[in-house]
Amino acid sequence: MPRRRRRLDVFEQRRFLGPLLIAPAVLFIAALVGAPLLLAIYLSFTNAHSGSLSGDFVGLANYTNEWRDPVFQSALRNTVLYTLVSQAIVLVGAGLIAHALIKPFRGRWFLRLLVLLPWAAPVALGTIGFLWMFDALFSVVNWTTVNDLMPGSGELHLYKIVNWVFARDFWPGFIQIGAIDPLAPPQWLGQTELAKAAIIGVHSWRILPFAVVIFLAGIASIPTEVEDAAKIDGATGLKKFFYVSLPLQLPIATVALLFGVVFTATDMAVVYILTHGGPFNSTHMLTTWAFDTGINSASLGPGAAISLYLLPVLAGIAILMLRFARKAEVS
Amino acid sequence: MSLFRLPRRLGPYGIVVPFAIVLAFPFYWMTVTAFKSPTDLFNLENVPYSFGEGSPTWDNFTFLFTDTLFLTWVKNTFLVGGVVVAITLALAVPAGYALARLTGRWGQWLAIGIFLTYLVPPTLLFLPMSRLITELGLDNSKTSLMLVYPSFTVPFATWLLMGFFKTIPPELEEAALMDGASRLRALWRVVFPISLPGILTVVIFTFSLCVNEFVYAVTFISSSTERTVSVGVATDLIRGDVYQWGSLMAGTLLPSIPLAILYNVFLNRFIAGFTGGAFR
Repeated sequence: MPRRRRRLDVFEQRRFLGPLLIAPAVLFIAALVGAPLLLAIYLSFTNAHSGSLSGDFVGLANYTNEWRDPVFQSALRNTVLYTLVSQAIVLVGAGLIAHALIKPFRGRWFLRLLVLLPWAAPVALGTIGFLWMFDALFSVVNWTTVNDLMPGSGELHLYKIVNWVFARDFWPGFIQIGAIDPLAPPQWLGQTELAKAAIIGVHSWRILPFAVVIFLAGIASIPTEVEDAAKIDGATGLKKFFYVSLPLQLPIATVALLFGVVFTATDMAVVYILTHGGPFNSTHMLTTWAFDTGINSASLGPGAAISLYLLPVLAGIAILMLRFARKAEVS
Repeated sequence: MSLFRLPRRLGPYGIVVPFAIVLAFPFYWMTVTAFKSPTDLFNLENVPYSFGEGSPTWDNFTFLFTDTLFLTWVKNTFLVGGVVVAITLALAVPAGYALARLTGRWGQWLAIGIFLTYLVPPTLLFLPMSRLITELGLDNSKTSLMLVYPSFTVPFATWLLMGFFKTIPPELEEAALMDGASRLRALWRVVFPISLPGILTVVIFTFSLCVNEFVYAVTFISSSTERTVSVGVATDLIRGDVYQWGSLMAGTLLPSIPLAILYNVFLNRFIAGFTGGAFR
């Protein structure tokens, strides 16, 4: 009887119970994240083709070859472009929406529901919705802008408003491309610049609700005493926004931004479904180009090298997140 | 006076309504399309927003259920999701509890390490994974997804659960320990029941991550009958020149509705877990 008691004691000790509970998860993660990551790094130094796991060691050749490849270069530029522009849109939009939604007003829950909808749809399925909206022949976006929205009585052509903004000689070419010719409506997914705009639009659309949610949580966590103190000190309007609200919300904005960057830069579904990198490989991201190279062309080595170009970005974000976490702990 | 107040009262609407229209429009458009007949849909003379000849109709849904593999994909998604949820809970509940309670300084570093693995995306790992899956003879079967999906759900779930367990006061289990219960028994009888809401949240978000996943599913699986719903709709229904837009939109809409409801119900719990309680 005493002996049995002692054996149970082993489980009672923190020293043993802790590792015992953690070990399965850690081993599983090491096997399914750590090992493939190391394998990806190994593959990127070989000329492995799919069909075999090993290839000849080629050193940095995959990395340097890709770096010189024009498609890779545009994929890299696009990844940066899509990520930066969509996150800028998301931050501004989410900031505005969250501020408007924080105080109760009639119909708030319904508007919140509508704003959060894109987050619930699986990425691939939402993107198919956009594929249909940007269809070459039946695009509802084009129909809405080109046709008279108030037939009979008054004229309301949205394209005229759009052109009043975009069709100006002093704009650089990539802005003038937003102008709409009602007789030849834009081919959203057929023209490089427009396709890029469409991709950025879809990325912003799906990340925005997530950022709104984070912002709402962050704003709600700011103690009301701060607001009151600012009011007593006579801070109002823009002054209050820049000196009180903005600094307090910076950490929240950072969290939303870092996650948004990760979600956008590492996504493959949006570009894969919307343009498949086309027209003429001009809208690829690193992820879709890695897929085309590694799976469709069966060049595992170069494909692994392409996707590993994402690693420095992710490492940078990881460092920023850890720094931020430590700061939050101190304060 | 009321005239001056007016802009302030209309302010929220002026900002939120335009955004809400843009953000929700694709869903509205999916719904309208899903109920349209082909003759109505492909007539350029028609106003797309209203129903014309032969619309509204259930034909697109009937087609989706009887002439495509949609129901097979839904079944596959539930199978994969169910198994992944079970694996995730079995690994993440003990780990999350241990990280929240039982370990010291190195436990903190381990927690950070687990969080960082969540930042390693499938798009970085899918090439070596596809090779490993082929070596294991699992290619072209949904078993491969059941094995691989926990690689991103376990870190996420462990992190979430750690946050939840930290909010439960340790005095509760200490009282049970005083009464002579073992630590495992205290965990099972005291901590587990209180943390059921947290566990339920993990179940829902793990499942929704499985529905969402695209990269692995499109890489590992090439036969239609083994696909999950996201990839099945995106690849099988779009293949070729003939787009069945009506049933395609019905197929995108149906999985999105239940997810939208669940997300809205569990929103607040999700935020608390996701930010690790940083904003409490």
